[in-house]
Amino acid sequence: MDDSIDINPTRRGLLIGGALSATAAAIPSVAMAQTPGATSGGAATTPAPVQNKVALRVNGQRYEMDVDTRTSLLDLLREHLHLTGTKKGCDQGQCGACTVIVDGRRINSCLSLAVMHEGAEVTTIEGLGTPQKMHPMQAAFVKHDGYQCGYCTPGQICSAVAVLDEIGRGTPSHVTADLNVKPLLSVDEIRERMSGNICRCGAYSNIIDAITEVAGGKVLGGKA
Amino acid sequence: MKAFTYQRAATPAEAAAAAARVQGARFIAGGTNLLDLMKLEIETPPLLVDVNGLGLDKIEPTPDGGLRLGALVRNSDLASDARVRRDYAVLSRALLAGASAQLRNKATTAGNLLQRTRCPYFYDTYQPCNKRVPGSGCSAIGGYTRGHAIVGQSEACIATHPSDMAVAMQLLDAGVETVRPDGLKRTIPIADFYRLPGNTPHIENNLAPGELITAVILPKPLGGKHYYHKVRDRASYAFALISVAAVVQPDGSGRVALGGVAHKPWRMPAAEQQMKNGAKAVTDQLLGGARTTEENAFKVPLVQRTLAAIMAQSKAAATQA
Repeated sequence: MDDSIDINPTRRGLLIGGALSATAAAIPSVAMAQTPGATSGGAATTPAPVQNKVALRVNGQRYEMDVDTRTSLLDLLREHLHLTGTKKGCDQGQCGACTVIVDGRRINSCLSLAVMHEGAEVTTIEGLGTPQKMHPMQAAFVKHDGYQCGYCTPGQICSAVAVLDEIGRGTPSHVTADLNVKPLLSVDEIRERMSGNICRCGAYSNIIDAITEVAGGKVLGGKA
Repeated sequence: MKAFTYQRAATPAEAAAAAARVQGARFIAGGTNLLDLMKLEIETPPLLVDVNGLGLDKIEPTPDGGLRLGALVRNSDLASDARVRRDYAVLSRALLAGASAQLRNKATTAGNLLQRTRCPYFYDTYQPCNKRVPGSGCSAIGGYTRGHAIVGQSEACIATHPSDMAVAMQLLDAGVETVRPDGLKRTIPIADFYRLPGNTPHIENNLAPGELITAVILPKPLGGKHYYHKVRDRASYAFALISVAAVVQPDGSGRVALGGVAHKPWRMPAAEQQMKNGAKAVTDQLLGGARTTEENAFKVPLVQRTLAAIMAQSKAAATQA
């Protein structure tokens, strides 16, 4: 066990080192290229990277930095702030592994530019709880084995926390029978609302059990 | 992704003017389709004008009893609005049938209308696509066409418009309110907003360069029973194979619009004259000129059966009432 604890930071260090050298290799074009928009166009033209300032709060802490305008919120969290709990799955908004909560709403952080989140309040899996003091949803996922490989889990948990909030606020879903009454807290509702989070290991039924437990066992059609 | 300059605009007119100054500039709102395409370098705007701070995120009543939906209202907020749920249920239903909750939390009213009409070959940058590279050819024609258009297509493009929301907007006769770079405002009826592919499939709507959508106007409520039935390969988070939006009145008259069959939401007044004559009569009108392939011929009977199911439901509801 001690070995693996030693190995992990090393592997992480290597990856970060690799990412930095890749960035360094790209830098010469900054000095040489013209500013975008001023370029004459054509396939051979590589527009120069553009830096922009962004200030936002992540898990209660304020950060202000200069980032390449192309930086996604996901890459800002992982590569700049080293909050690697949020995962990059498809990087196209299809898998949900990158789900975080921004200003109280869950979004795919891969399909969002960091510079567009000026003044935002971001909550990642690290902000929900810690290994010593887990969020009830984290504890329930552990208890019900709501994962196998664990890669989609941070996104699943952020999404699940938001689902219960959305149902509580009366937000309708595709399976809500009557749009004009508060949606039921049911397994069908939870399944539909979690459809943006894919689990390739197929831990779905255990994930539903975990969410059901946190919902307080009042879920229609649920086990608890 | 190609590098780009990023700019926040203070007013809609300023945003339109900023975008008009740089060729290829794009507005960004939710970014859920644009950023996806920028990662693949299918879209390579040199400038992004962020319109999120323009205050266009309100839903307000109009003087003639309708609703003015701000361009920046998030899809989840629009679907949840009590007035929309009560008076324009077909719009709520269509929105809730689209994408995932995470995407609906970001995607906006205007952005949803402006998502690209697309097919898998558009995303495959190794294959020709007239929409991606005008004049390069269409890989879908003669390719795998199960999800493709059966009406209104051309020799240049057979892609379908993927929006559910736009089908409901078409049904409701929405108006698209815009501001142009010179500051002039206009409202484009949704029926005149989208274009069929013809020889220019890369031009999908009738907006002028730099023209910014500021709101979508819903006329006063239609009453009747509202339906949005989406048929897809999985129960959630998939594009429509076909979808049917309908408002049915107690006397059996009504409106019908289709998704998943054409380059734009598909609706015909002549077909709606046939509402009392049943689903086959309506479908014959709507899809009379259909040009199908072996792989997508199923869409014609699927539309008819889906519409028949809606009509049966509305009849049952009328009997109960």
